[in-house]
Amino acid sequence: MALAVNDLKVWYRTRRGDVKALDGVTFEVADGEIMGIAGESGCGKTTLGKALIRLDTRMKHVGGTVVLDDDELPLADDAAMRRHRYREVSLIPQYAMSAMNPTRKIGRMIRDLLSAHNVRYTEVLPELERRLKLVGLETDVLGRYPIELSGGMKQRVVLVLSTLLNPSLLIGDEVTSALDVSSQKAVARALVEFRDHGFVKSMIVITHDISVLFQVADTILVMYAGHLAEKAPAKTIISDPLHPYTKMLIGALPKVGDRYEEQQLEGIEGRPPSLLEPPAGCRFRDRCPLAHDKCAEAPPFREVSEGHHVACWAVS
Amino acid sequence: MRGYLARKTLVYSLTFVVAVTLNWLIPRLMPGDPVQRMVARAAVQHPETIASMTDYYERTFGLDLPVWQQYLNYWAALFRGDLGTSVWLFPAPVSEVVLDAVPYTLGIMIPAILLSWVVGNSVGAMAARSRWLDNVALPIGYLITAMPYMWLAILLAWGFGVALGWFPVAGGYDFGLVPQWSWSFALDLLQHWVLPFLSLFLVALGGWAIGMRNLIIYELESDYSNYLAALGAPKRLIRKYAFRNAMLPQITGLALQLGTILGGALVTEIVFAYPGLGKLVLSAIQNQDFFLLQGTLLFVVIGVLLANFVIDIVYVLVDPRTRTGLTGATA
Repeated sequence: MALAVNDLKVWYRTRRGDVKALDGVTFEVADGEIMGIAGESGCGKTTLGKALIRLDTRMKHVGGTVVLDDDELPLADDAAMRRHRYREVSLIPQYAMSAMNPTRKIGRMIRDLLSAHNVRYTEVLPELERRLKLVGLETDVLGRYPIELSGGMKQRVVLVLSTLLNPSLLIGDEVTSALDVSSQKAVARALVEFRDHGFVKSMIVITHDISVLFQVADTILVMYAGHLAEKAPAKTIISDPLHPYTKMLIGALPKVGDRYEEQQLEGIEGRPPSLLEPPAGCRFRDRCPLAHDKCAEAPPFREVSEGHHVACWAVS
Repeated sequence: MRGYLARKTLVYSLTFVVAVTLNWLIPRLMPGDPVQRMVARAAVQHPETIASMTDYYERTFGLDLPVWQQYLNYWAALFRGDLGTSVWLFPAPVSEVVLDAVPYTLGIMIPAILLSWVVGNSVGAMAARSRWLDNVALPIGYLITAMPYMWLAILLAWGFGVALGWFPVAGGYDFGLVPQWSWSFALDLLQHWVLPFLSLFLVALGGWAIGMRNLIIYELESDYSNYLAALGAPKRLIRKYAFRNAMLPQITGLALQLGTILGGALVTEIVFAYPGLGKLVLSAIQNQDFFLLQGTLLFVVIGVLLANFVIDIVYVLVDPRTRTGLTGATA
């Protein structure tokens, strides 16, 4: 088991109280698994991604554990966490376009970063060049400044750089969001390729774009308002979802072949609850067509069939 | 790079021509007539004497010629290094008067600007990483940088000069001394130098420190800092990068400051009766000395242009982002 997250709670401290952005999530990611996380804005998916590698100053680790390769990650201890970053957990950030120091040549920046991890640049260089070629970049990008590269090129450099030390877990946060469709496809393919080559053991890909997940992910985890809703193999989530939220989410996607001049594309009525004082029980129940009395109690995230977990009283 | 240099040189040459023209023109727009003034100074009553004196002075200064010819003569003389003759200190040549004043101004301004820049940036960078220092340095920085520097100069002169009596309050050296190469004269110069220097140094220091602190905090919050931190880079490396990048706007700021070097201390020099270019500008205006004013301002203009030119070049060397513009149409 590569990654085991158990009842993880990460809250944001604000002046009006704690925002319970991630309120007790439990899941596992197997070796070699690419798990996608989907959900609407504010559901806690980015918080989860950040929590696994670096809490920012407003975030507070309230409870729960994260075990990676039989090693518990000290999430709340920034200094102790530093040892695990890059070598074990790595990140492709949302902001890959501006992730590199604008005044350092890319090769020089990589050299600085590696030597901070006591790795010799010259030893890694052949592998680095091989991987750059693998994602379709010339090795002379190392002698360039970030501004000389296009957005897609920067994204690929960041992909290579983030995975250079073969981390166990790679977190990709909205990796493809800022790219055009053809670059999206190239990056999506590169992610899968990197896993297949064993550069990365397992991956968590966070996005609001379910169609990208369908291309990349083995399994998809759907989140809603700081809770988990459903986790299943990608195909099952698309073709045979169980949780009412997942159903409505998939139903809200346009389908190839459907004509939307005659019919309205359906959305989900209502808004997610405030996470400042979230209601007890199932957080989706205000918008849920299947809600009943039992839903005032929080549903467990239960395995209903092989590899298919759902948190809903109506279906499990 | 060569095209860039050529373009820059052209732009600066044009600026120079315009500046020199304005420099020649503006004193001539002042009310009053310098020749009348000189004649009046001689206190002669006889109309014929007045006429011949006026005639003589006008020919000496070339003021009898048509304006366009005066202008051309001015350029011609400029290339010979001849800035004309001072009216106020007649018959001393302007170049001599100006060159006598330049060392005093440079002696105050260069150390004040450079030291305040170096110290201010270091203090600012330290304040950005220490809450304690930040809480102390920031209010003090705001306080001193918000002070009008002539007011600070007067406070210093009163405090350290009049009340405590540690330093003299006026002049570049003791009025009883003759300039010479001796230890006692050098010491005297230094004593007269301290207060004007300090007043400029302190005001600039606060500004640099606050600017640097804010820039570093901004850089530490930037995406590349966050990415490095997520990849486990130590704070030392992240701060190094942040500092390097925060220096760029500060270098521009330094360039602008260096540009004002020759004229910037005007009020300070007046407060301390310091014999630099600033005081010279004031005297030239008060005495309607076209030629001295022209000459002094010319030095100021050359100073500004040279400083900016040098910084344009330095900037290209330190910031790769400006380099990509080298091939573009904009300079």
